[in-house]
Parts: sequence; structure tokens; C-alpha cells
Amino acid sequence: MKITVDRDLCQGHAMCEVEAPEVFRVGNSAQVELLVEQPDPASHDGVRLAVKYCPTHALSIVEES
Amino acid sequence: MTIVALPPPPDVSGGEHEHGHLEELRRDPIGLMRRVHDECGPVGAFTLAGRRVVLLSGADVNEWYFRSPDEVLDQGAAYPFMTPIFGKGVVFDAPPERRAEMLKNQSLRGPQMRGHAEVIAAEVERMVAEWRGERRIDLLDFFAELTIYTSSACLIGKKFREQLDGRFAELYHDLEQGTDALAYVDPYAPIESFRRRDAARVELVKLVEAIMATRVGPDAPAGDPDLLDLLMSVKDNGEPRFTADEITGMFIGTMFAGHHTTSGTAAWTLIELLRHPAEMAAVVDELDELYADGSEVSFQALREIPRLESAIKEALRLHPPLILLLRVATEDLEVGGYAVGKGDLVAATPAISNRLTPDFPDADAFDPARYLDPRREDDLNPWTWIPFGGGKHRCVGAAFALMQLKAIFSILLRDYSWEMAQPSESYRNDHSKMVVQLQQPCAVDVRPRNPR
Repeated sequence: MKITVDRDLCQGHAMCEVEAPEVFRVGNSAQVELLVEQPDPASHDGVRLAVKYCPTHALSIVEES
Repeated sequence: MTIVALPPPPDVSGGEHEHGHLEELRRDPIGLMRRVHDECGPVGAFTLAGRRVVLLSGADVNEWYFRSPDEVLDQGAAYPFMTPIFGKGVVFDAPPERRAEMLKNQSLRGPQMRGHAEVIAAEVERMVAEWRGERRIDLLDFFAELTIYTSSACLIGKKFREQLDGRFAELYHDLEQGTDALAYVDPYAPIESFRRRDAARVELVKLVEAIMATRVGPDAPAGDPDLLDLLMSVKDNGEPRFTADEITGMFIGTMFAGHHTTSGTAAWTLIELLRHPAEMAAVVDELDELYADGSEVSFQALREIPRLESAIKEALRLHPPLILLLRVATEDLEVGGYAVGKGDLVAATPAISNRLTPDFPDADAFDPARYLDPRREDDLNPWTWIPFGGGKHRCVGAAFALMQLKAIFSILLRDYSWEMAQPSESYRNDHSKMVVQLQQPCAVDVRPRNPR
């Protein structure tokens, strides 16, 4: 699993940080920072929720075989 | 090499009135926009008080619209009907860089949501505390009042909310009703709804002034400082920086985007579930299972509640609270093979795009299952599933709104059973104003499910 961020769309809502804090950091920044690009399997469920609930649809997942 | 000038977008039929299509927009906006789409395709034009409105529909042109920066498509000048409501210098009059800063509104960020969920659950419990036996409620009045309390408590502060009563909601309703599209000719035209709008704003300033008077001196209410205390503490050369009028304008602006939108979506979610008993049963079963262990609404509202969420999304798709999103072209532009002129209004329309086929099969049907795996029609169509708009200006309160609606219905559907109190088809929206509201009467009967 690989995560991509559309920088045109991210507004820094930090909903992703709530779902998977080990993968996404926003803090007081304007946009999200990816702490890892290819998260551990243990984080995959959190990442999927982060993608689903991103208010600006800025996140997407590229699944790798 | 020859440069071929692009043609202007095709004009829709009608519009022989002195203000073009204004009268039709005030009477039947969705009919007008549907006709633009049917006659002209994804890019068409109508006339609004001497200005061309280029109306877009469909994924390609919508994506162009939502990705365009403010420097090209400006939101500031597109909504003249809001200026008398907010007052000068509030929200839409702010320059783009200031708006970008305001988007970072801390109170709408993820980590704040847990606290908001608790506040919202408590406000719903308060509204229903006196409900015993069967009663009839008006959906517009009920949800408009509830969402005044939730949005003031979450966005301004609990202390301010405690100093409000039903009067604030009534005055706020007059503001929302003062959004006649006639404002494109004259925002201060001598009509009844504008007169009531201006009178309501004066009364709201008086209410806020009275609350401000309680915040100084020995009898000031206890509790954490809220946004009002903060604004009152800002000084300029020793004098208060903001007047009551300015603070009222800021509060009106803070609450506006999240009020009629959430209130209307709550009402339509309930109406559609009442129209579709099998969907209602599925949602109620889901809630019974979810709360069987006695878990808190404030905990569950932040988690997945798939059937309820899908019903809310489908209410949003079929009855988007904003039917027309507007910008002003700041230069000559090109979209979909047509020329847009500097000064033209450019518009996207959730009311039409949300119902396009083949994006949404059986587009006029209430079918919450379209959001469940594997269909996920909202994720598949980010530029036509647009009840929250899209791109950089996509609703900053979308996550807050969804969480709020999940909290509201967790309580209202888990603890109460509902019935229509009038014919199903008589629930409809009033489209005579730019702020769409449910048309009254819109009554339902409610009684406790598990008498306690």
C-alpha cells in the first residue's frame, strides 16, 4: 500500500491524523505531512478510514500486489 | 497559424423578462438549470440582471471549476445577497489570503471533533428532554433551533450558547429568508423579505449587545472564556477593537454555512427514511446493534455507521442544501471549448450534477446502497457527487456536519419512532430564496420507542 496526497486539495483538516496518527501528521500546519509513504499492514485499516473520511478527498491509496 | 476565437456558450431558451432569467430563477431554479443542461449540454448560459451566468454540469467542467484558483474564479463578489446579512468586512469581503487563514479554523479540525460530538449529543438530549407520549413537531422549526444551539456551542462557545433562546433562531431564520435573488438587481430593494432581514439583523445586534453587557462586572457568568470574551478583550489604543455590530456579523458569518445546510439535511434524511420504511428499519437495526452495549453517542458518531451515513449522503445528493455555487471570472477564460468573458458569473450546480446519469444509475431514486462497497458512487464521482462542492473550496465543515448528523440521528432514531403527519409528496423545498429551506407545513409525529 502506497499513499498519495493531492496538494491542490489538502486543507489540513487533520481528520487523517485522528484515524492514523502514526502515518499522518498535520499539527498546526496548513497541509498534511506523510510520516511514512508505505505504511505497515497494522496501519492499513486506519489509512483506509483516513482516505474515506478526508473532507477534501485529497488522499488516495495505490495498492501494490 | 490562425487563431480561432472560441464561441460563447449557447444560451438557454426563455429570459425575455427585463432582468433576463431572474424571475424564473426566483420561481423554479432547478427547472431553469435542468433546462440549461438539457438544451445546452455541460456548458450553457442564462442571464441574470444583465449578466451572463455560465452554468456548468458534468465531471470534466466541474473539475476545471473546482480546481480553478481564486485569482481566476473569485468567490468574493459572487454572492451580493450575503453582504447585508454579514455586514461590511465580514467573510466574503475578506481577501483570499485572509480567507486561506480562516480556513485553518481550529474548531473544525479532527482533534476537536470528540468534544463537539459530546456537545451535540447533549444538545439533542436537551431538545427532546420534555418529550412525553406522542407529539407533533415541525421539522423546519425543530432542526433550525437545534442547529442554532449546536453550531453556537461548538463554534462560539458553550457560555454564549447558554445565553441564547428560541428568539435567536427565529431572527436567524429571517436573515436566511432575506436571500432573494433580486439582490442581483438591488440588495436593498424595497421588498418585505429584505425589510425583515434588516430588522432581524438590528435585533440580533441588540441581543449580542445585551449578552456582551453581562460579560463585564462582578456578575459575569463563570466558565471558560469563549469566542465572545476573546473578541471583547481585543483592544485598539485602549478601546475595544470590535463593536457589537461587527461581532454580531462575525457570529452570523461563523454560523451561516453550517446552519440551514445541516438543518435541511437533517429534515430530508428523516423524510426520505420515512418514505422508505425498509431503509428506516435497516438504519434503526444498525443503531440498536451499535448501542446495545451502552456505548456513548459521542464515541460512535466519530466512527463508521454505514447504513445511517449512506442515508444521509443520499439525502444530500437528492436535496443538496446549496443548489447553485457561484464565482466571478476575473479574466477571459476558456471552458469546455467555449469562451467565458471577464465579469461573467460562472456556476456549478449540485442540484443537477448530483443527478446525472450514468454517474448515478437510477439517479432520481433514493438508494443508500449506492455508497456501500463495492459501488461507492460518491468516491467514484468526486466531481459530480458535489453536495459539499469540491476542490479547494470544498465545504470546510463537511466532516463536522456528517458527525453532527450521525450524533443527531443516533438519538432521534434509536429512542423515538416517527411517522409522517401529511402526504408524502407534500414535503418539499421552498426555492424562492437563494437559501433553500423546507416549505411549511412540514409536520411529523414522534413518540418514544422504548418508554422509559
